[in-house]
Amino acid sequence: MNAEWRWDFAIEILPQMLLATLNTILAAGVGYAIAVIVGLLFLLGQRTPIKIVNIINREIVEFIRSTPLLIQLFFVYFVLPQFGITLSAWVCGMITIGLHFGTYLSEVYRGALEGVPKTQWEACRALNFSTFYTYRKIVLPQAFPIAIPGMGNYLVGIFKDTPLLSTIGVAELFHAATAVGGYHYRYLEPYTIVGIIFLMLSIPAAIWIRKIEKNVNLAQGKIKKEQL
Amino acid sequence: MSYFAFLTEHGPTMLLGTVTTIKVLICATILYVIISLIFGLMRLSKNPIIQGTATVYIEFFRGTSLLVQLFWFYYVLPFFGLTLEAFTAGVVAIGMNFGAYGAEIVRGGILAVPKGQWEGAFALNFTPAKRMRKIIIPQIFPIILPPAANLTVELLKATALVALVTVVDLTFEAKQINSITWLSAQCFGTALLIYYIISRFFLVPFLRWLEVLAARKVGKVIK
Repeated sequence: MNAEWRWDFAIEILPQMLLATLNTILAAGVGYAIAVIVGLLFLLGQRTPIKIVNIINREIVEFIRSTPLLIQLFFVYFVLPQFGITLSAWVCGMITIGLHFGTYLSEVYRGALEGVPKTQWEACRALNFSTFYTYRKIVLPQAFPIAIPGMGNYLVGIFKDTPLLSTIGVAELFHAATAVGGYHYRYLEPYTIVGIIFLMLSIPAAIWIRKIEKNVNLAQGKIKKEQL
Repeated sequence: MSYFAFLTEHGPTMLLGTVTTIKVLICATILYVIISLIFGLMRLSKNPIIQGTATVYIEFFRGTSLLVQLFWFYYVLPFFGLTLEAFTAGVVAIGMNFGAYGAEIVRGGILAVPKGQWEGAFALNFTPAKRMRKIIIPQIFPIILPPAANLTVELLKATALVALVTVVDLTFEAKQINSITWLSAQCFGTALLIYYIISRFFLVPFLRWLEVLAARKVGKVIK
């Protein structure tokens, strides 16, 4: 094996890699959409006034959060068929990512709701607003900006965890790189290209999120213009 | 086959895998703590070259996926004549990846030490090195330990990835047993449970104990 970087090979495989990048972005997008909704469900379980639901909800969240995504993927992919449910690798991957990151997002939502000052709730109570009206008009508009940075971070987090999907055979970027590398028996270029593509996508995303975070903090008066 | 029979037959193999997982966890944790401290300090350096190096390192490792880094260390470094053993590659990749995240925590912790402490050290004519070592660093631990504890639990989960570069850890064993017996629910379920037990009953209480200890050292009491 020689260590030389072969441009002709890199250029030859580049179109294939870029095509697979689309799949990665799709996987991250769909997974995130599911996670956002699942997160809301976990939040709901956490805030119901029924004690037993709260406890079960917390244990489930705790369990999902402290076990590796990789094994969860294997679990969903290999165990569901035993019960007669055969899903494609894509569907399994999306469900697992959605569940796993849903637990994280539920924490983000919880933090955001708790970030709304207690006096706001009390004022709503004093004004005799209904619970629904309180959430819709007073609490959620204030909680949402607080949740944005955390939600953004997990979008990037999901994006960076999509390579795990290749282990159950989802044809995303990393899967394509492994396939190409195995076919030509050259891993230098495919894996390096994957790294570069990830950097090119996630660094701008991180900068963009940091900018939003600053704007949110500015709008809430947590920091002042001069401090930037 | 009952679950009990499954455990008596494959339990010992899984426990052996667990030992490897814990080894990876300990080695990677030591490496990531060292890297975090060094790069966290470098990130605050006034020298643009040192600071730039740290920033590039942190952005690079946080910007790419851990799995990609792991495969890069294991499959690509041999092209450059540096062949790492699977275990070493796994520990180094995880340690360097989490070191990048940890460096940001350390940086935040140093910046969060009250300004009066810096000024006090300055007034007492401490050299910058002595000020860092004797005044600032001892005070960052209560600040950085809660986020670092979260990161360490994440690290435990990330150790599962080393199975993909042929380290024979818990995940690897679970996969192996699954391909022999096809009792997926039992073997992956057991693996999930073992990870949960390590995290919930060993790692988290230990980190919590460290938090309390660190807080007590600076005269704070947390219940």
